[in-house]
Amino acid sequence: MPKDSGIGASSKRREDVRFLTGRGRYTADIQLHGQTYAAFARSPHAHARIVSIDTKAAEAMDGVLAVFTGADFAAVGGNPAGWLIQSRNGETMKEPKRPVLAHGKVRHVGDAYAAVIAETVEIARSAVEALDVVFEELPAIVDMAAAVADKTNRVHDEIADNVCFDWGWIEDNRAAVDAAFKSAPHVTSLKLINNRLVPNAMEPRASIGVYDPGTEDYKLYTTSQNPHLTRLLVAAFVMGIPEHKLNVIAPDVGGGFGSKIYHYGEEALVLAASRRIGRPVKWVADRSESFLTDAHGRDHVTTIELASDKQGNFLALRTETLANVGAYLSNFATVTPTFLHGTLMAGPYKTPLVYVNVKTVFTNTAPVDAYRGAGRPEATYSIERVVDKMCRELNLDPVEVRRKNFIQLDQFPYTTPVALVYDTGNYQATLDKLIDIGDFAGFEARRAKSAKAGKLRGLGLSTWIEACGIAPSALVGALGARVGLYDAATVRVNPTGNISVMVGAHSHGQGHETVFAQIVSSKLGIPEANIDIVHGDTSKIPFGMGSYGSRSLAVCGSAMDRALDKVIAKGKKIAAHMLEAAEGDIIFADGKFSVTGTDKAKTFGEIAFSAYVPHNYPLETLEPGLEETAFYDPANFTYPAGAYACEVEVDPDTGRVEIASFTCADDFGNVMNPMIVEGQVHGGVAQGIGQALLEGCTYDANGQLTSGSYMDYTMPRADDLPMYTVDHSCITPCTHNPLGVKGCGEAGAIGSPPAVVNAVIDALHRAGKNVTHIDMPLTPSRVWSAMNA
Amino acid sequence: MTKVTVTVNGKSVSRDVEGRTLLSSFLRDGLGLTGTHIGCDTSQCGACVVHIDGLAVKACSVFAVDVAGSSVKTIEGMANADGSLGTIQQAFQDHHGLQCGFCTPGMVMSTAALLAENPKPTEAEVRHYLEGNICRCTGYHNIVKAVLAASGQDVPAVAAE
Repeated sequence: MPKDSGIGASSKRREDVRFLTGRGRYTADIQLHGQTYAAFARSPHAHARIVSIDTKAAEAMDGVLAVFTGADFAAVGGNPAGWLIQSRNGETMKEPKRPVLAHGKVRHVGDAYAAVIAETVEIARSAVEALDVVFEELPAIVDMAAAVADKTNRVHDEIADNVCFDWGWIEDNRAAVDAAFKSAPHVTSLKLINNRLVPNAMEPRASIGVYDPGTEDYKLYTTSQNPHLTRLLVAAFVMGIPEHKLNVIAPDVGGGFGSKIYHYGEEALVLAASRRIGRPVKWVADRSESFLTDAHGRDHVTTIELASDKQGNFLALRTETLANVGAYLSNFATVTPTFLHGTLMAGPYKTPLVYVNVKTVFTNTAPVDAYRGAGRPEATYSIERVVDKMCRELNLDPVEVRRKNFIQLDQFPYTTPVALVYDTGNYQATLDKLIDIGDFAGFEARRAKSAKAGKLRGLGLSTWIEACGIAPSALVGALGARVGLYDAATVRVNPTGNISVMVGAHSHGQGHETVFAQIVSSKLGIPEANIDIVHGDTSKIPFGMGSYGSRSLAVCGSAMDRALDKVIAKGKKIAAHMLEAAEGDIIFADGKFSVTGTDKAKTFGEIAFSAYVPHNYPLETLEPGLEETAFYDPANFTYPAGAYACEVEVDPDTGRVEIASFTCADDFGNVMNPMIVEGQVHGGVAQGIGQALLEGCTYDANGQLTSGSYMDYTMPRADDLPMYTVDHSCITPCTHNPLGVKGCGEAGAIGSPPAVVNAVIDALHRAGKNVTHIDMPLTPSRVWSAMNA
Repeated sequence: MTKVTVTVNGKSVSRDVEGRTLLSSFLRDGLGLTGTHIGCDTSQCGACVVHIDGLAVKACSVFAVDVAGSSVKTIEGMANADGSLGTIQQAFQDHHGLQCGFCTPGMVMSTAALLAENPKPTEAEVRHYLEGNICRCTGYHNIVKAVLAASGQDVPAVAAE
């Protein structure tokens, strides 16, 4: 029987009521007294020197309150990269300054070089048009290979070859890997592009800066996945505001998918502007600005090679990747193609030797950073495509090849040749489950039916692993991270026994308000309705690192679990005093503290009340109050894994691909709320299918964004997608966090693109077409052209 | 400025508006009805769908002056009289048809228009009708289920067709 509350129940989401009645409160919904508006002047050129900016006409307009240019921020800090990566030659990566407003040069279309503050949005935008700016256009650097080869044309004048770093993982493995390739019976090679994507959270970015001249306090309302991280970056790195004088509030946030992890210059600008004019300053991006300036995702060009024997046993794997970081380093831009990508190149397989080389390249395009999956989809796509190609070359069954190369049950914990330690997993189990629920046995019949309708049916497989719950601070620090990656929670038991939990994680669609309350409810034995989860306001919550990398439950949930343990431990001391028993004899269960072996008990509410009205209380040895905080720093990443199958129908006349079915068998460890987990998988798979079939962010040779609106960037819509079959019943609980959870937010986007592409290639092969690869997105034009080449 | 009188969620309101003011801005900034969301600038995303005299319309594609004398219904007018969730809203909650909530008002308003026009839609009809509403979170699976459930149909049976 399904549970109706607590851990494991599909509790309905409490946050839904406000969203369904129009009472959500997103940043753009907030109206403050005396509010003014910012508009940004954005570069029409991909690459140009700013010769001059004359602001006089704009400043003279009625209703204009202030104009800012890059010169106003020349003295303040840049927006830093979150990780410092070392190149193979031991040099530290190049980190050019990322200013609040471009100064001297603009480096991508949409790069903001000035901002106007005015009484209305319309006046601010008109005044932007009145700025008189003279640009000296420079050649645009768009193609990565050309950028690396070109020693004269530079995105940043001080970086000769436009390379941020040239990273090898693990450099010491390289010689052994190369030797294995030389002697390998078979080598499969594949060059592929992991297409650039625009995250497209439905809520455009927005920020409101508020400076209080009386207290000298700043407040920033902003669309952020991690308000404390934003506060740290704005305060300590960019603006030089004392951290305690800045309160960052991320209220309801309409999706993030990575794009709202990062600090953006607009946030610093509205704060600086509010300080100058003494009134709140609001900026809301329109969708065109979002396309131009939100950090994009993916954009890798990879050559992958797999060495094997003729029976399909993997012997070695190596890759060379060019990864685009765009014009400036966004906060996670350097870790995404390295430690979130190269370290995953073993996949779920026991490939003994792996070497990964990644060069990151500056170009005159928008910054590229983590987007749902962040490095792991790129790794999974490369591996699962080359494995499929190998199976075809050697005429081997893709299911059996995966099976025999899987890390086996008795090998955990398993140290990969790319330095991760997988604590647990059961890859055979998820593959077995997939074959069952995906009805592989019935495929031939379905294929025959499709053929009768004139369609080419194919079946594609992907077996994947990811690293989530990012991650141990000591480890990431050793690898170049500039922050810790713990999280924190404070459990405040109120005198009447209800509970407020302040968490460092941020919910922007994930349902934390519901799920975290379920965990508290189970642990303390009190109704979910008596528990509130507070997030998104740095003045209320402990210093946590926010939500990304499928980490909220594994890291922040674990912190909350530890804080609850402390609450229970203190409650036992109070109960022992009240019940005149030894502390060791108190047990806590079902919301009651009782003396073991007796019927003497106090309810949780009675203990809470006593903690705040301590008339009968051990004040000599115990502080009053019942509020506990825990910071949790994980011992390892978590390793969700799964097996996905996609069936497609290809129309041979048009090349159009239709998803006939999509099936997922996942191992997320313990599941707190199945309904929410399934929803996360659905959404991730939709984004993966979008990448595989529909979405592609493109710039022309001049660096103009040619996919800058919903008219020309193909978002997946309801009639592009199927109903999904998802299963999460294969469970190997995480061995190192108290909840045994792994994370489910990115899985769908990681596992699905290769399943789709493998299915299309399979359909074409079965139809006798010798097509070995098509780059994503697999548009009708690309598929038709490949079929008819 | 033009004085516009319009019925919004059953109440008559009058405001002076500029000729260029879009209905979406009028609702949000003029009336404080911020449940109508703005997710794009090309009338593609559908987050701002409202009903004008019973027809589903993207509020970013209509000038406020053009709705003078009309009856406009927004997400804020969709709950039952006692404040409880209406049938469609309840189905969205029951079937987890929303995550971040940003596209949700438009989805609910489009669904209401669909079901008024086609009380028992098939899964394919639901998907086709909602083509003008973009959701980035749910992958549409649970939205489609919610719409079918709101129509009173047996969800697994219809979805399996």
